[in-house]
Amino acid sequence: MSHVYLATAVVLLVGAFMLLYRAIAGPTVYDRILATNAIGTKTIIFVTLLGYISGRTEFIDMAIVYALIAFITTIAVLKYIEKGRLD
Amino acid sequence: MHWNEIVTTVLLSLGCVISFSGSYGVIKLPDFYARLHAAGKTDSLAQLLIFLGLVFVTPDLLTQIKLLLVAMVLLITAPTATHAITKAAHLDGLRPWTKSERGGRP
Repeated sequence: MSHVYLATAVVLLVGAFMLLYRAIAGPTVYDRILATNAIGTKTIIFVTLLGYISGRTEFIDMAIVYALIAFITTIAVLKYIEKGRLD
Repeated sequence: MHWNEIVTTVLLSLGCVISFSGSYGVIKLPDFYARLHAAGKTDSLAQLLIFLGLVFVTPDLLTQIKLLLVAMVLLITAPTATHAITKAAHLDGLRPWTKSERGGRP
């Protein structure tokens, strides 16, 4: 069963690197935010799969925390770009 | 293989395909809104499929609940973030790509 987790993790990693190209080369700032947001989602799944590969399912707690942090980060950066300040 | 491992393999493979197609679309599509369309939907569906697949091989009830909790949190926050990005880009004046701008027939 470990092979399936490993294959899924590798595919997610390749997808994250493809998104990283868009985050670096994106023409507008919104492309970069979109790519960063998608990389965050892929990272959450990747962390959970790492926990299943190494047999330590406590990694899911880290995934929950990372999900909340990634969402707050996206909203905060968007608000800063939209209004120019954070208050 | 047990039946639950087969179900997990199918769901994880489906999640892989959908997630990879979303990443490929973000690279390949010509416009910001089209790229948003590729990334926003595939992310929600792929994470739901992968977490649901992992639930079937988890023997522990608490871990299953945690997996479903992550899936629910992502199912709420990912479309919200996508909507916020779209709204910010629209208010900023980003116009959608049309075919006639690039020399094609209108």
